[in-house]
Amino acid sequence: MSAENTTGRSALTPFTIVAGIIVIIGLILTGLRFMGGLGAVTNLDNNNPWGIWISFDLLCGVALAAGGYTTTAACYLFGIKRYHSAVRPALITAFLGYALVVFALHYDLGRPLRLPYPIFVSQGTSSLLFEVGLCVFIYLSVLFVEFTPIAFEWLGMKKLRNIVHGWTIPLTVMGVVLSTMHQSSLGALYLIAPNKLHPLWYSTYLPLFFFISSMFAGMSMVLFESSLAHKNFHHLMDETHKAESEGVALGFAKACSWIMMGYIGIKFLGIALENKWAWLGTGYGMWFLVELVGFVLMPAISYAIGYRDRNFGLIKITALWTVLGIVLNRFNVSQVAFNWKLPAAERYFPSMAEIGISIFVVTIGILAYRFIVTRMPVFYEHPDYKGEH
Amino acid sequence: MNRRKFLGLVGATAAVAAAGTSAHAAGNTHFTGHPEANAVLFDATECIGCRKCEDACNKVNELPKPDKPFDDLTVLDTKRRTTEKIYTVVNKYENSKNPNLPVFRKNQCNHCQEPACASACFVKAFKKTPEGAVVYDESLCVGCRYCMIACPWSIPAYEYDEPLTPRVMKCTMCHPRILEGKLPGCVEICPKEALKFGKRDELIKFARNRIEAYPDRYLDHIYGENEMGGTNWLYISGVPFGELGLEEGLGVTSAPELTSGALAAVPVVTGLWPVLLTGLYAIHKTREKIEKKEKDDAVSAALTKAASEAEAKLSSELEKADVANKRKIEVEVKKAVEEALLPKDDDDAPEEEA
Repeated sequence: MSAENTTGRSALTPFTIVAGIIVIIGLILTGLRFMGGLGAVTNLDNNNPWGIWISFDLLCGVALAAGGYTTTAACYLFGIKRYHSAVRPALITAFLGYALVVFALHYDLGRPLRLPYPIFVSQGTSSLLFEVGLCVFIYLSVLFVEFTPIAFEWLGMKKLRNIVHGWTIPLTVMGVVLSTMHQSSLGALYLIAPNKLHPLWYSTYLPLFFFISSMFAGMSMVLFESSLAHKNFHHLMDETHKAESEGVALGFAKACSWIMMGYIGIKFLGIALENKWAWLGTGYGMWFLVELVGFVLMPAISYAIGYRDRNFGLIKITALWTVLGIVLNRFNVSQVAFNWKLPAAERYFPSMAEIGISIFVVTIGILAYRFIVTRMPVFYEHPDYKGEH
Repeated sequence: MNRRKFLGLVGATAAVAAAGTSAHAAGNTHFTGHPEANAVLFDATECIGCRKCEDACNKVNELPKPDKPFDDLTVLDTKRRTTEKIYTVVNKYENSKNPNLPVFRKNQCNHCQEPACASACFVKAFKKTPEGAVVYDESLCVGCRYCMIACPWSIPAYEYDEPLTPRVMKCTMCHPRILEGKLPGCVEICPKEALKFGKRDELIKFARNRIEAYPDRYLDHIYGENEMGGTNWLYISGVPFGELGLEEGLGVTSAPELTSGALAAVPVVTGLWPVLLTGLYAIHKTREKIEKKEKDDAVSAALTKAASEAEAKLSSELEKADVANKRKIEVEVKKAVEEALLPKDDDDAPEEEA
C-alpha cells in the first residue's frame, strides 16, 4: 500500500490485486448462495439459525459504526468544536457501516426481496427486530442525508449543500435518538431466549450493555480507522485535520476510559442483581472474565495511561484492542454463550463460505471508503467552504 | 430545516415508536389464554413409542416420505428433533424409576398461549388462533429466523435448501382439521390414548384428577400449564420432565413479557432524548453566545476606556498646550512689550523707578 501513496493512480497494486481476488470469490459465493439456498453455503441448522452473518456483519457492524452518532453528538450537540475534523471520517465510516449491514443482511435473509415487508407490508410491532429494522432503516437514511453535503461539495452543488448543511443539528439529534434505540435493541433481541443464552451473558440489562458498549466501540473504531487513514491518506489531510487529530485522540481516549469503567460497573451490577456470582467459578465464568477484564478493564486502563502520558502509539493500540473486545462480546452473546446447553456436536461453527462472504463485505466497505476519501472533502475542508462549522 | 419541520419529524418518530409499543401483548392485564382454546394432553405413562403419530402427521400434512419407514423403531435409539420435513418426533428416554422400561415423549410445537415466535416475528407471520393453534403465514415471512431463536423449545425448522421460497415449518396442531371439527392427525391415530384432545381448561382439570387418582403413577405437575405463560400442549409424566427432554426452569413469564421492558423504553427514549439533547445544544449555544457577548462587552469596554483615556489625555494635552500657548503668548507679549519699550529703556528706567 505504501507504494501507491507515492504513485497515486496506478491500478495494479498489491492492495487492488488482493481486493480483486476477494471480490471475485465473493461474487462466486454470492451465486452459490442464491442458487442453492442458505444450506448450500452455510453451516446453519435448525438449532443454530443465526451464524456469523448476524454475529459479525450485523451485531459487530452496527456497534462499530456507532462512531457516527458519538462524534457528531460530541461536536455539534456538546459543542466540542475541536472534534470537527473527525466528524466527516466518522460519518463516512458510519454510513458505509450501516449500508454494509443492510447489504450483508440480503445474504442471511431467506427472502431478501421482502426486506421492506416489516416496514411497508406487515408491521410486527411487538418484535424487537422490528424496532431494530425500523431504526436502522431511518438511521441509514439520516446518515445518507448527513453524508450528502460531502458529495455535494465534491460535485460543486452549492445550493443543495447549503440547504442540507442547515439541517445538521436536527439530523444529529435524530441520529442519537435512533442509535440509542437500535443499539440497545440489538442486545434486547436476546431477552426473549433466557433458556438459550448463558446466565452470565443473559441479563435484563442487555439493552443497556449494548448501548453503552456501542459508545466506546464507535469512538475506538474512529480512533483505529484514523490511525489507518493517517498511514494511507496522510497526503490528503489538511493542516486543521492534522492539528486537531491529537486532540481528538486524547479526548476520545479519556471518554472511552471513563465509559468503559462505567460499563464494567454495571456489568457487575447485573451479576449482583441477579446473584450470578457462582457462575464466575465455572469455565464460562473464566471466559466471561477474559472478556470483561482482558478486553474492557485492561484497555480502559491503557486508554487512561495513554491519555495521561499523551502516548498516541498506546492509544492507537488500545483502540484496536477495544474494537477486538467489542467483536468478542458480540460473538459471545450471539454464538459462544448462545445455545450453551447443546452438546458440542450440535453447536455451530461457520463454514469457509460464510467467512468468505463476511470478508467480501468488509472488502467492499474498504473499497467504497477509498473511493470516497480519495475524491471527496473528508480529510480536508473544501476551499469554498473553509471555516464553516 | 426550520424548527417546525424538525419538531414534526421528531413527533413522527415518536408516534411510530409509540405505535410500536401499543401492540405488544404484555400490558397491565394478565392474559390467561383464549377461553375456547383447544389443547392436547400427552400422557408419558401411556406412550409406547409406536411412531404412529409421526406417520399420521406425515400423511395429514403431506410431508415427504422419510428414509426409514415409520414402523422401524430403531430410529428411536438416536435423539431426534423436529425438522422442516418432520413436524413431530417421538424420542426414547431412560426411565429413572424403572430402568427396564424406557419412557417415550412426543415432541412438536407446544402452541404457547402467548407464543415467543409470534412475539418475535417482525412481520406478524405467526398468529395465535382463538382455537388454540399457532399458525404460520408464509406469504409474509421474510426468512429472518428470529422465531427459531425465540422459541424456548427450539421447534420451528427452516427450509435451508430452498433458494427462493424457504419457509419456517412446524406443527400446526392440524388447525385446518380442527376448523372442520376433526381431531389432529396424531391424536386420532394414537392407539394408547396417550394423546387427548379437548378444551384446555377441561384438560387441565382432567389431568389434575388423574394425578390425584394415581399419585404413585404421576408427578404432581402439569407441564405446560404455566411454563412460559402456558401452552396448549400439556404433559403429565411419572418421571421428571427434564428427563423427558423438556426444559425445566423456564419460568412462567411469557415471551412478550420478557421483551416488554425493552420495548417500553422506546417512548422514553423518543420522548426524553430529543428534549435533553436539544437542551444540551441550547445550553452550549447560549454559553457560546454569553461568552461572545462578554468578550464583545469587554472589548467595547476596553475601547471606551481607551477612548475616554485618549480624550482625557487629549484634553489635558490641549489644556497643557493652551497653558503653554498662553504662557508663550504672555512671554511673547512680554517680550514684545519689552522690546517695544527697549529703546525708551533709558528714559523709562527713571520713570519706572519713579
